Order: sequence, then C-alpha cells, then structure tokens
Amino acid sequence: MILFFLSSGLFLGWSLGANDAANVFGTAVGTRMIKFKTAAIIASVCLVLGAVLEGAGATKILGELGAIDTLPGSFAVAFAAGFTVTIMTRLRLPVSTSQAIVGAIIGWNLFSGSPTNLTSLTKIFLTWVLCPVISAFFAMLLYWLTKYILENSKIHLLTMDAITRLALIIVGAFGAYSLGANNIANVMGVFVPSSPFQDLSLGNIVHISSIQQLFFLGAVAISIGVFTYSYKVMHTVGKDLFRLSPVTAFIVVLSHSLVLYLFASQNLRNWLLSNNLPALPLVPVSSSQAVIGAILGIALAKGGRNIQWNILGRISSGWVTTPIIAGFISFMTLFFVQNVFDQHVYHETVYSFPEVVIERLQEEDIDGDYLEFLSGMEFGNIRRLNRYMNEIGLREKEIQAKVRYFSALKEMEISKLLLRQMDTEMFSPRQLQTLNSLQGSVFLFEWELIEQLAALSAEWHYREDTEENLAHNRELKRQFDYLIETFRIRKR
Amino acid sequence: MALVLRLSKIIENQIDEFLDIASESGLITKKAIDNYLKENRQEFNTRLERVIDYERKADELRTDVEKQLYMRTLIPENRGDVLAILENTDNVIDSMKHTLQLFSIENPDIPTKFDVLFNELTDSSIQSVEWLVRSVRAFFKDIKSVNDYIHKVGFYEKETDDIAVRLKTMIFAAEELELSSKIHLRFFASSIESISDCAESVSDRLAIYTIKRMI
Repeated sequence: MILFFLSSGLFLGWSLGANDAANVFGTAVGTRMIKFKTAAIIASVCLVLGAVLEGAGATKILGELGAIDTLPGSFAVAFAAGFTVTIMTRLRLPVSTSQAIVGAIIGWNLFSGSPTNLTSLTKIFLTWVLCPVISAFFAMLLYWLTKYILENSKIHLLTMDAITRLALIIVGAFGAYSLGANNIANVMGVFVPSSPFQDLSLGNIVHISSIQQLFFLGAVAISIGVFTYSYKVMHTVGKDLFRLSPVTAFIVVLSHSLVLYLFASQNLRNWLLSNNLPALPLVPVSSSQAVIGAILGIALAKGGRNIQWNILGRISSGWVTTPIIAGFISFMTLFFVQNVFDQHVYHETVYSFPEVVIERLQEEDIDGDYLEFLSGMEFGNIRRLNRYMNEIGLREKEIQAKVRYFSALKEMEISKLLLRQMDTEMFSPRQLQTLNSLQGSVFLFEWELIEQLAALSAEWHYREDTEENLAHNRELKRQFDYLIETFRIRKR
Repeated sequence: MALVLRLSKIIENQIDEFLDIASESGLITKKAIDNYLKENRQEFNTRLERVIDYERKADELRTDVEKQLYMRTLIPENRGDVLAILENTDNVIDSMKHTLQLFSIENPDIPTKFDVLFNELTDSSIQSVEWLVRSVRAFFKDIKSVNDYIHKVGFYEKETDDIAVRLKTMIFAAEELELSSKIHLRFFASSIESISDCAESVSDRLAIYTIKRMI
C-alpha cells in the first residue's frame, strides 16, 4: 500500500529523469562526445548522491509552503504535479516539475484549508525569476573566461577535443549531482512529513534517516527515467532543440549546475553566510530554465544577435500557468481521493483554547477581547478556526498565525520506549540528558515541550535571529520537528 | 581518457607531418622549376620524384587521419571541416606535382628572357602555399592568428595574378615566337598560377571554418 501511495512520486521522478538528465548530458550524447551508457551511469550515480546527501535543503521550503501530513494526500499532490507535467509536455507547453509541485501543494492548502505561507511563496516565485537570470550571468562570465583561455592557450584542436570530453563528463556529473540535490524536493518533498520509513543505523557507523531513504527511492526512480527514456530526449536536445557546440555545452551545463547547486546546498549556503557573502534561499528550481538562461547568457555575451526574445515570454507564462493548472488538478484529485476512495488526504488539527493557552496568548500581547471570545473554545479543523477568527474581527494575519500555533493540539508523550528507539545521534549529551529527565511527561501543545526543554537547558534555546545564528536555529528547529514527530500520539 | 589523449597526440603528429609535406613540396617545386629554367634536368627529375613521393605519402596520411577521426568519433563538431581542409590542401600538393609533371612531359622551350618572371611567378605562387600551410596549422593550434595568415595567402595570390599577367603579356609581345609556342608558354604560366588559386580556395574555406570554430 505504501508503495502504491509513493508511486505518484516515483512517476514524477521517472519523468524528471527522462527529461532533465538531457539538460545535463544532452549535447555530449547528442554530438557523440560521450556514449549514452557512460552518461546514464554517471548521471544516475551522481543523481542518487546529490539527492541523498544534499536533497534536504530545497525540501524545507516546500514543507513550509504546505506540510502535507498523510500519505494519500502526498500521493494526490504528486500525482497532480506529474499529471500536469505530462499533459503540458504533450501540449508542447513549457513546464517544470518545480512549478507543478508548488501549484499542487497550494491546491492541497486550499483543499485542507491550511494557510499558504506567503513569505515562502514569494521567495519561491522570486527564485524562479532569479534562476535563469543568474544562470545567464554565470554563462556570460564563463563564456568570456573560456574564450580567453581557448584563444590564448594554443591547445591543439584534438587535444582540446579530449579535454572537452573530460570536462563534459565532470560538469555532467556535477550537473546530475546538483539536479538530484535540487529537484529531489519536487519528487519526494511532499512525502517527507508523512514518510513511511524508519531511521536506520548500521552498527552505529552509518546512519540513514527516513528522509534519506525516501530520497534514495526517488533518486532511483529518476535514474530509471534516465536509463529508460532519456536517450531519445538527449538526441532531441543534442541535435534539434539547443544545437550547441561541445564547448558551449560545457559552459551551459556548468552554469546550470552552479545555479542548481546554489539553490540546493545547505553546506554552500552556510559557507557563504559565514564568509559574509550573499546566499540564496534553498528552493527547487527548473533545470530547463537554468539551461535556457545560460544559452541566452552566451548569446548576450556574443553581442545579443539572434536572440529569440519570445522564449522569455514563454518561460514567464509557465511561472503562472503551470502552478494554476497543477493547483486545480491537485484540488480535483484530492477531492476524488477523499470522497471516492475514502482516504484521509490531510490530518484535521484540532485547535483548543484551555486556560493555559489563553494565558500563553496573553503573554504574546494579544488583545484580551479576542481572548475572551476564544477562551474555552475548540475547533475541529483549521477552516472553522479561521472562520471564527474572522467573525470576531481578528483579521491580522500575523496574530492569526500565533493563535493557530499556540492552540494547535499535538498530544505528545515522552515515553521510555520511544526515548530508547529515537535517533540519539542528532542531539548533544546535554540535550539528551534534559530530554530523558522529561520521561513520562505528557504535553498537549508543541510550544509546551519546546519551552519546557528551553527552561531545563540553554542548549535547547533559540538564539537571536542573526545571520551567524541561522545555522544553529535551523538545526534546533529540525531537532524539535523530529521530537514532535517522534513523540506525537496519533489517533488514526 | 589517457587513451583518447594518446590517440589525439598520434593524429596531431600525423596532421603536422601532412602539413610539413605540403610546405616542403612547395619549396621543392620552386627549386625544381628553377632547375628546369637553368636546364639542369637531372636535378629537376630528382626533385620531381620527391614531390611525387611526398604526394603519395600525403594521401596516405590524409586517409589514415580521416579513418581515425571517423572510427574514434573524434572532434565530432569539426570533423567535416578538418577533412575538407586536409583534402583541399592535398589538392594543392597535387597541383604542384601536376605542374612539374607537365614540365617533364611537355618539355616547354622557355627562352631565357622569361626566366626572371617565371621564377618570380613560381616564388609568389609557392609563397601563397607556404602561408596557407601556416594558416592551417594556426587553425588547429592558434585560432586567433588564422585570419592574419589567410590575408597573406590572398596577398600572394593577387601578386601571382599580377606577375602572371605581366609574363603572359611579355610572352605574347615576343615577336620571335610562333603563336603555338606562345600558347604553350602561357599554358605553363597558367599552370604555375593555378597553384596559388588552389591555395586561395582552401584559405577561403578555412576562413569560414574558423568562424565556426570560434565559440
């Protein structure tokens, strides 16, 4: 059953492998610089590595956009995205899995009544615009640099050919790694909150988290896509669509890979921040648009002649149409899965306002009049709470978000059994010690656990919101999410 | 990878050898015509033999390079251009051999008063071959310089044309010669002139291939 639910994500992965691997190795294979088999093996290995090692970065923002918390819900969302990609490809319209999955998640938000995080959505949208622009910028710089080197190094055409082959393999491997790291979020991101896997530890040496297992599965699906279908696409890309010389292909693939890596790697982001360099948000972007951006960059560096500006119009229309279509299909699929197959496509969170929550909200300086209205109330789902808040005149989005956070019931028990089973590698000895001291405690709300732990040890404290503390706070958030997920009592 | 690099080196050496042959054939042709004008037939024949020999070797090298490039799918983007360059350069070697063979077969009677212009004509025509070889070498190794060399090929081709016009005018102005002799001599002047035409047509193609090679 689990595999059935994952199948839509795997299908999405297959289609990603079939189409986007061609962005990385298309020209090299199309021009017969590299054999398809070599390209497919390198692409698959690097895709899996990228997905498993650095796939988590870009996944986070999709979780922020909408935390789909049931497997049938994730199935419907991934299916909607995959279906959108398929029909738009058939209709020869520009499409990207990143844009489809974002639209599908918004569809889930609308269906489940969950609020869409506008900050994340804006961030994602800006990234889509930035992706081809940065790619074009990189391609221009790389073009000038490569041209200078080629013109002044006096390397023989044949030696250059051999070097170009090697360079295409190396950047292709990097490209596949970046593609795996950036785009695995599209394939498996929606399954993360409802991952059916358990963390694995092999003799305390190798630790594989449930998310890594999920990403591995997704990456295998992408690899199957590479082996089974990308040959055709590579030949189309290599010969018809973007007819590039091997050297320009090298520039295009390198620019594309750098952009995808910039938008995917948590390590690179941390390094950039620690060196006071500008860092980009980690967001899944479109591999094809990065390629088009790079090709435009080269055309601009060559003087800007023969640029088909209408291609830019086609790209930007995709930013809007794809999410809308995917959102609509997602909504319809969720409706179908819920009402025809009787599956829970989302968990109904109950929002409760006992005395303890009202007191906590008072500390947040929320108007006493509102709290009087809310005191003692309980709402079976987010839609009812939202409607009620609007009725009593509490319309400010920020305050609404606080009310939702502090009243969301998430019953947790710090049981002895779970303390033994949990992944202790993630925490420091001091953190574990304080956690163990809470054994047997029951918490109704997420914030109760967080505040209790913070009261017991400074290591559970969020630090001031500055650039240097970003990594610490992110890690702490990850730890809290893990604890809540682990100790939550689910009434299915 | 090491294998591809080693193979590339072998082909690079073959191409270099091919171009050495083209250049040397030009120099020998020049000397051979000078020998003919000075009526040193033995020396002329030896040089003719060498050019024939070189031409055969150039053919072999070209065929071998072609085979390797196709079999190993090397330089897929430039393969057609490189083969065209080699084939056309081979035609230049052919045309030099052909001219010398005509001298040997038809044995034209060239009055000494035409020696200077015949020598000038040969020198200028062979200069265009010399610069062609340099431009082909540059096409492989130093793309930025190709156009400078191509320009020189063009210059010597025009120079050859001018000398040929002067020589032909002088031939037809010579009252002591029969019309048949005049036509025969003009034919030899044209034959030497055609070497530079051949070189120029290769350089014209090379100019296009160079634009294609620029990234």
